[in-house]
Amino acid sequence: MNVRVLLFASYAEAVGSDSLQLELPSTARVGDVLTEVRRRISRDVPPSPMMARNAEYAELDELIHEGDEVAIIPPVAGG
Amino acid sequence: MRASLVELPIDSAALLREVGVHESGAVTLFVGTVRNSNDGRPVTGIEYTAYAAMASSELKKIVGEASQQFGTDHVVVEHRLGYLALGEASVAIAVSHARRAPAMDASRFVIEEIKKRVPIWKREHYADGTREWVDPTRKYTSMSAGEVR
Repeated sequence: MNVRVLLFASYAEAVGSDSLQLELPSTARVGDVLTEVRRRISRDVPPSPMMARNAEYAELDELIHEGDEVAIIPPVAGG
Repeated sequence: MRASLVELPIDSAALLREVGVHESGAVTLFVGTVRNSNDGRPVTGIEYTAYAAMASSELKKIVGEASQQFGTDHVVVEHRLGYLALGEASVAIAVSHARRAPAMDASRFVIEEIKKRVPIWKREHYADGTREWVDPTRKYTSMSAGEVR
C-alpha cells in the first residue's frame, strides 16, 4: 500500500523534503514507516521520535491503512 | 472557546474582549514574546512553522480540556506562524472566569500543554546570521529567563 509520510522542521531539512511516498506491505504499522525512512532515506531521523497518523499522535504498533498520512514529529517547540 | 493558528500579528486586546463577560470576576492574558537571546546567543527573530492540521486540532483539544478542567467556556488562544521580530507575540491566551485562581490556572495549563504537544517548531535567527531549529529536549548550558526548571 501507498503511504504519505510528512516531515517537518529539522527532519525535513535532514531528509531534504517535507513529504515522501512509501510503498509498504498491507500489514504495516506506524513504526514500520519510521524504520523504512531510516533505512531507505536518512539516518538523521532519530530512532524514537513522536509519530502521528492522520494528524493524531499514534503509537508505533498502530496499524496503518492505504492512503494514510503518517508524520514524523520533531521535538515540539511552540509557545 | 476558540483556538487558532494565525499568520498576522496577534491582537491581544481583541482576545480580552472576546472572553469578557459580565459573569467574570477575573480575566487573564498570557502573551509569549520573541526574546533577544537564547542560551547566551543573541537572537534577531524566530520563524514558526507547524503541522497545521494537527496543531490546530491539538490546540482545540487543549482549550476544551482547560474549559472542562477549570470550569469556564471563556478560553481563547491564538498561536502565530511565520517570521516574528523581537518583541512580537508568538502566542496569546485569554481566559475569563468568575474567580481569579482558576482563570490563572487555566492560562498556565494551556501554555504548558502547548509546549508539550502542539506540533509547532521554531527556528531561531541569530545575530551572526546563522539559524537553528530549537530542540527543547536538548540540555541547555545556561538558564534562560522565564524558563522553569
